[in-house]
Amino acid sequence: MTLTYLGWKLLRAVVTMWLVVTFVFFILRLTGDPVAQLLPDDVDQVTIDYYRKLWGLDQTIFVQYWNYFLALFQGDFGVSFRDNQDALQLVLARLPKTALLGLTALGFALLFGIPFGVLAALKKNTAFDRFVMGLAVFGFSMPNFFLGILLILGFSLQLRMLPSSGSETWLHMIMPVFTLGTSFGAQVARYTRSSMIDVLNRPYMRTADAKGAETSRRLYLHALPNAAIPVVTIVGLKVGELIGSAVITENVFAWPGIGRLLTSAVAMRDLAVVQCILMMIALTMVLSNLAVDLLYGWMDPRVRVGNREGANR
Amino acid sequence: MSTSSLLAVDSLVVSIKARGGDVVYPVRSASFALERGQTLALVGESGCGKSMTCLAISGLLPKRGAISHGRVVLDGLDLADQNPKAMRNIRRKQIAFVFQDAVNGLNPVKTIGWQIAEAVALREDVSWHRAKSRALDLLDRVGMPDPKTRVREFPHQLSGGMNQRAMIALAVAGQPKLLIADEATTALDVTIQAQILALIADLQREFGMAVIFVTHDLGLVAEMADAVAVMYAGRVVERAPVAELYAAPKHPYTAGLLNSLPRVDRRRETIQVIEGQVPPINAMPSGCAFGPRCGLATDECRTTSPNLVLASGGALACHHPLTGTPL
Repeated sequence: MTLTYLGWKLLRAVVTMWLVVTFVFFILRLTGDPVAQLLPDDVDQVTIDYYRKLWGLDQTIFVQYWNYFLALFQGDFGVSFRDNQDALQLVLARLPKTALLGLTALGFALLFGIPFGVLAALKKNTAFDRFVMGLAVFGFSMPNFFLGILLILGFSLQLRMLPSSGSETWLHMIMPVFTLGTSFGAQVARYTRSSMIDVLNRPYMRTADAKGAETSRRLYLHALPNAAIPVVTIVGLKVGELIGSAVITENVFAWPGIGRLLTSAVAMRDLAVVQCILMMIALTMVLSNLAVDLLYGWMDPRVRVGNREGANR
Repeated sequence: MSTSSLLAVDSLVVSIKARGGDVVYPVRSASFALERGQTLALVGESGCGKSMTCLAISGLLPKRGAISHGRVVLDGLDLADQNPKAMRNIRRKQIAFVFQDAVNGLNPVKTIGWQIAEAVALREDVSWHRAKSRALDLLDRVGMPDPKTRVREFPHQLSGGMNQRAMIALAVAGQPKLLIADEATTALDVTIQAQILALIADLQREFGMAVIFVTHDLGLVAEMADAVAVMYAGRVVERAPVAELYAAPKHPYTAGLLNSLPRVDRRRETIQVIEGQVPPINAMPSGCAFGPRCGLATDECRTTSPNLVLASGGALACHHPLTGTPL
C-alpha cells in the first residue's frame, strides 16, 4: 500500500474530526442557554452571571470556540456542568461498557450474517433461501427499542430467565447484544447474499470450474475474497448506525454505557459531556471508516495498485 | 467417425430446465469427431449452441442443464456417464478452456502467478513453490513480456492481450489433450488476435493438443482449422475438411455464411447477408430450422427435418444441397 494512499486517508480523517467538533460546538451553543437549564428557576441574575462567567459563556461564541480548541489541544475536554467532574474521565469510565456491547453485537451479527448470507446465495431461490431472507427482513424491520421491550416482556417478566437491566454478569448481555445485533446481522446476511450471488455469476468463477477446482476451493479461495469486499465496506459504514442504535439499546436495558450518559447529558445541557461523547462517537466512525479503507486496499488489489501505465484494457 | 478419434461427439442433445419448468434444447443434435492434434472449427451465428456444446463436452453446463441424449467420448471414455468428480479430474488433466473475456475471466484479487500455479497444482501433486516456478515458465512460454514482474501482478494491471496470454498459460498448465478456445480472440485487436492465434497454433504443436475453435469468424477458420463443423439452431448441419468447405459449401447456410464474408478477391457488391435471424430456442420452426431463411426451401423442408448424413469426407443435413461450383 502506498504511503500517499494512507496519507490521504489520514488527512481526511483529521478533517472529518475537525468538522464534527466544530459542528457540534456551534449547534449545542445555538440551541439554548445551559445555565438557565441547570439552575433553579428562581435564582437571581447575579448568580446566573456568575456561572456564565465561570463556564466562559459570557464571551462571544467565536472566542469560546477558540478557547475550546486551545483547551482540546492540551487534552482538556472541559468539566461537567453538573458535578464539575472532568468530562473526559466521565466518558472514559463509561466507554468500556459500550465498547463491550457494541463489539459483541458486531461479532454476533457477523457470526450469523455471513454464513447465512453465503448459504442463502448457494441455495438461491430454494425454501432455505426464502426462509433466511424472510427472517432477515423481519430482523431489520423491527425497531430496536421494540425488540428490546419484547425481549424484556418475554424473558424477564414472563419467563424470569434473564435480567432486564444492568451489566453485572454475562447473562445481562444476552438481550442487549441480541437487540443490537439482530438488525445488523440481518443486513449483513442480505448484503453477503447479494454480493455472493453476483460473484458466483462472474466469468472467473467459470474459469475456476474449468480448471477443475473443487467446490470448497471455488467458494473459499475464489468467491469469498471477492464477495467480502462490498460486505466489509457496508459493515464499516454501518458501524455508525450501530452506535446510534446502542444509545437506544442502552436506555432500554439500563446498560451503563456512554449511550445512557449521553441521554442524561443532553437532557441537562451538560455541554462538555455531550460534546465529549459526540466526539468519541465521531472518532469511532472515523476510525472504523479508516479501518475499512485500509482493509479495502488490502483485500482489493484494484484499489491498492492502480493500472499499469499504458496497459489498455 | 473413426474409433481412434480423440473426441467423438455423437447426437449430443443438451437440455436446460427453464424457471417455469419448461425444458429447452440449446443443442438438439451435435455430431462431430476430432483427431489427436487436429483443429476443429465450430462455426455458426450467436445462439446456435456452439458454446453450449463445448460446455457439455467439459461438464461445465449450468446447474439446470444436462446432456439428455447422445455420447461424448474422449479417449474411449464416455463423458456423458461421468460423475461431477470424475469430470473435474478430466478438466484438470485433459480438457482445458480459453474463454473470450480474459480480463473478467481471471480472478481480480489473485495474482496472475497464483492463478496459473493453482492450475498446475490441481493437475499434479507438486509443492506450491514448484507450481509457482512452473507458472513463471508458462508465462514465459506464452510470450508474456517481463514474466517475472507479471507473475506477481493482478489482471487489472495487464492489457487484454496479456490477460489472454495468461489465460492460455493457465489452460495449458494442465497439459491437456483437448483445448477449447471459445471465441478466444473475439475481444482483441486484430494484431493481437493474430499473435494469440499463432501462439495457440504453436502450443498445439508443442503439446500435441487437439483444439476446438469456437468462432463466428470464418476468416479465422481458414487459417486455423483442419475441419469445420457448422452449427445452426442447435444442430451440426455440415461438416467438412476446411478446404472442401470453402471450395464447395453444400449447405445453403454454410454458403450464406461464406457469402457474407468480405473477401479481397471479390467485389464489394457480392457480399450478401443471410436474411432473418436464428430462431429462438423456444420457438423452433417445424422441419428444417434453416428453412424460413433458405431460398431453396420446399414443402419437404417445412415438414421434415433433414438428418445428418455422411458424405464424402464430411456430413450434411440438407434436403437440397448445393452442387457444382457455387459462388
